[in-house]
Amino acid sequence: MIVVNGLRKSYGKLEILKGIDTEIRKGEVVVVIGPSGSGKSTFLRCLNRLEQPTSGEIRLNNSLITNKQSELNQIRQEMGMVFQHFNLFPHMSVLENLTLAPRKLKKLSNEKANARAMELLRVVGLEDKHDSYPDRLSGGQKQRVAIARALAMEPSVMLFDEPTSALDPEMVGEVLEVMKRLAQNGMTMVIVTHEMGFAREVGDRLLFMDGGCIVEEGIPLHVFQNPQHPRTKDFLAKVL
Amino acid sequence: MDLDFSFVAEYWPTFLRGAWVTLELSFFGVALGTLLGVLFALMRISRWWPVKFLASAYIEVIRGTPMLVQIFIIHYGLTGFGINLPPFISGVVALTINSSAYMAEVFRAGIEAIDKGQTEAARSLGLSRGMTLRYIVLPQAFRNMLPAIGNEFIIIIKDSSLISVIGIAELMYNARTVQSITFSPMEPLLVACALYFAMTFTLSRLLAVLERKLRS
Repeated sequence: MIVVNGLRKSYGKLEILKGIDTEIRKGEVVVVIGPSGSGKSTFLRCLNRLEQPTSGEIRLNNSLITNKQSELNQIRQEMGMVFQHFNLFPHMSVLENLTLAPRKLKKLSNEKANARAMELLRVVGLEDKHDSYPDRLSGGQKQRVAIARALAMEPSVMLFDEPTSALDPEMVGEVLEVMKRLAQNGMTMVIVTHEMGFAREVGDRLLFMDGGCIVEEGIPLHVFQNPQHPRTKDFLAKVL
Repeated sequence: MDLDFSFVAEYWPTFLRGAWVTLELSFFGVALGTLLGVLFALMRISRWWPVKFLASAYIEVIRGTPMLVQIFIIHYGLTGFGINLPPFISGVVALTINSSAYMAEVFRAGIEAIDKGQTEAARSLGLSRGMTLRYIVLPQAFRNMLPAIGNEFIIIIKDSSLISVIGIAELMYNARTVQSITFSPMEPLLVACALYFAMTFTLSRLLAVLERKLRS
């Protein structure tokens, strides 16, 4: 579904990504872990071109997306993204947060967009909050709305950039629960996370990144139990 | 010295007519200045440097030169190039270019103060740059900018008194007319002040109400 070849990203002289090669298959849940500054968020943000790659190729469903400027908005509709800091639109109600993009981009009627949004709010367990504004929600609720907002565009892949890092500990569970259900329903997902338990349980494949490279990858359970690379061992020893 | 306001009984229509012209000038100055201001603010955050440069240069030059000189240039200076604007139009043009330069800076600061995450979230949904500005950034920026915009409106009302130098019968001009007829140096100016204050104070109260409405 997504194929990445020789992906590099530099800011001036600082090279953040030093050649990433990987493939994300349909229905696969890929978790990306690694120390901070290892380039995992940058990697994720290159996939939907929130960051412009310096070089390398990214293909989505066999079409090269790294050099297309005109179809960028089209491509992004295929890739939902969930941010660490939620980034809900504070001047809009929960329902409006969910319906803005479908109404403007897919030209859905208000009734259709609202019905679809209510359905998604039911999925994340927040249908009673449809009239609330984001500042009335807890962190966990905000992130669940953000997930629903991304799903409203019916993307074929979901990108998660540390979705639970800004949450109070007691709210992490409810967000992971929603993500787990999404994975079980066959959504293709790329998740940058520090939740090792979640990575082990839900991930089909784990990428360990360090210094702008994928140092090791494999089935999460295998990597956790039997890391091969010294840097993976070192990192896991610190976080597990 | 004793103040004698007995002339008001006779000349109040002159003052009110002047105040009305002041409001007309200010209205057009504010409305057109806001529109142009948004345009220049957007030009200034543009990705193309010539557009950016043009907007920056305009803003710097207008802000860096006295409005009184600008008024003279527009009304008298331009006649040398065959451009003869009626006084009222000259006044509106001068107010507009002035307020647009200041307003552009207010808008730019307001737009840049919105968290980058908002733009990223909107773009990641597939919204274009224009849609992101229109539906996400500008509505939030506008709310934050309201006090600064109100300030600009008040400044325009007061600055419109400068337009009297090209002979438009607005409030200041009429106050001076009454001054010369009645030979009272102080009182007509105080009446003008009171009327200017009534306009600006009303405006600032209205804006405060609007601000409170937008916050709730």
